[in-house]
Amino acid sequence: MPSIIFEQPDGSRRTVDAPSGTSVMKAAVATGVPGILAECGGQAMCATCHVYVQGDPDLPAVSDEEDEMLDCAFAPRLPSSRLSCQLEVVPEMDGLVVTVAGEGP
Amino acid sequence: MSSGQQVVIVGAGQAGIGAAAALRESGHLGPVTVIGREGHLPYERPPLSKAYLTADTVDESHLALRSAGWYAEHDIDLLLGQDVTGIDRDRHRVTLGSGEQLPYDHLILATGTRPRTLPLPGADLRGVGVLRDLRDARVLRGDLAAAGDVVAIGAGFIGMEFAAAAAKSGSRAVVLDVAPRVMGRAVATAISRHFTEAHRSWGNEILLECGVSELRGDDHGRVTAVVTSTGRVLPADTVVIAVGVAPNVELGADAGLDVGDGVIVDEYLRTSDPDVSAIGDCASFPEPTSGRRRRLESVQCAADHARCVAARLTGHPAPYSAVPWFWTHQGELKLQIAGLGDDADTEVVRGEPGTGRFSVFRYRGDRLLAVDSVNRPADHVAARRLLAAERHPTPEQIADPEFDLRTAATAPALPL
Repeated sequence: MPSIIFEQPDGSRRTVDAPSGTSVMKAAVATGVPGILAECGGQAMCATCHVYVQGDPDLPAVSDEEDEMLDCAFAPRLPSSRLSCQLEVVPEMDGLVVTVAGEGP
Repeated sequence: MSSGQQVVIVGAGQAGIGAAAALRESGHLGPVTVIGREGHLPYERPPLSKAYLTADTVDESHLALRSAGWYAEHDIDLLLGQDVTGIDRDRHRVTLGSGEQLPYDHLILATGTRPRTLPLPGADLRGVGVLRDLRDARVLRGDLAAAGDVVAIGAGFIGMEFAAAAAKSGSRAVVLDVAPRVMGRAVATAISRHFTEAHRSWGNEILLECGVSELRGDDHGRVTAVVTSTGRVLPADTVVIAVGVAPNVELGADAGLDVGDGVIVDEYLRTSDPDVSAIGDCASFPEPTSGRRRRLESVQCAADHARCVAARLTGHPAPYSAVPWFWTHQGELKLQIAGLGDDADTEVVRGEPGTGRFSVFRYRGDRLLAVDSVNRPADHVAARRLLAAERHPTPEQIADPEFDLRTAATAPALPL
């Protein structure tokens, strides 16, 4: 099963097992990663699962909807910003590191 | 309350599980017990009236709010398939359906709601259901897959979402409601019109200011038709009754707590007994801006109530003050609502409804109350920030396509 590493803004890390076919957000919520609220349940509706992806992994493109939500998200948008609900877990994702953006300042 | 005390939570939905999680995140060290009536691992309900109904394959484990292992890892005692039958407030105990008694230092009622029913002839026929829990959704999912004629009684979110799912699965749905417009309790009139037209374009029929007089069935006890108050006979093999919900207040009322339309709580979500809180769909709380008593049926309210009560119980009390928000998906339409617009006297449309992407800003005078966005997620997020900061762009600004909403919402406040 792929592992995803969630890093908090303070640098602490947690490695989470993420079944393929679920989303990075679901893997975080199921195991209680702080700062991933995902209140809309993964509909790209609430921007409370915002993460910064580390490195340059091969990920699906940002949809228009995700793009708009990120633009107005509470934490600052960076080139690495994604909504983790829109990232479906695939085996190649094993070892992905994401930083939790949280609700920002 | 000291951090070692025992918290018992009645209800394992979004509010109850959210409270348990927030207590642990806030550093509460004492025992936490969550009691749920249903036997499943606690799950999220919003997908049940949306993607769940029409997805080719369903993996119900994806609905889980938390993984099975999470509860043990966070030392949360989860009692499923259990009713709570009584609260002994003097002795600080709850009684379970099994007869077992459980002590508490603080009790959180997160008992949710149940669908309202209609006292109609034929309401108990097979093929007639409500849509609240996973069991309901399983049945309706199966019915929908085989259905030809679908009737939704009630044009609120659930009835409209169900009709959208029916259209998607190749059926034709009729939605009827005694109200003059669809989703009228929650959305602007321009949004009601847009969704009515959308449903009609999918082949659904929307019948407004129209009641139901009876449901008819065949010799096998299966529904065949819905008869409207005007005498029209609508063929039906699947009927969903979606006429709103009633809060589960009986447990609190029987224990002598103040109840009305919900369990009455103050701005800290305390009931009339300071050792008992009520949160989520079942709680009637003073709305932060108007002070009017409210009960909201939403994930947002459940999640924010949960955090508010956990903060108080861990020594950081603050009045509840979150901006409400809601959403619905119907076909290609994603509607997001920020704020509460029932007192609005003016609607200002931003964007062009004909493009399928627009927002309606609802005002009372020059005060912005709510924003309904159709396929315009950036407007929604901006609206939540505007409402939280109590910023009120003028109706003229909103109507101006050149006006920079994002900057208005996100710019730092000017020094006074």
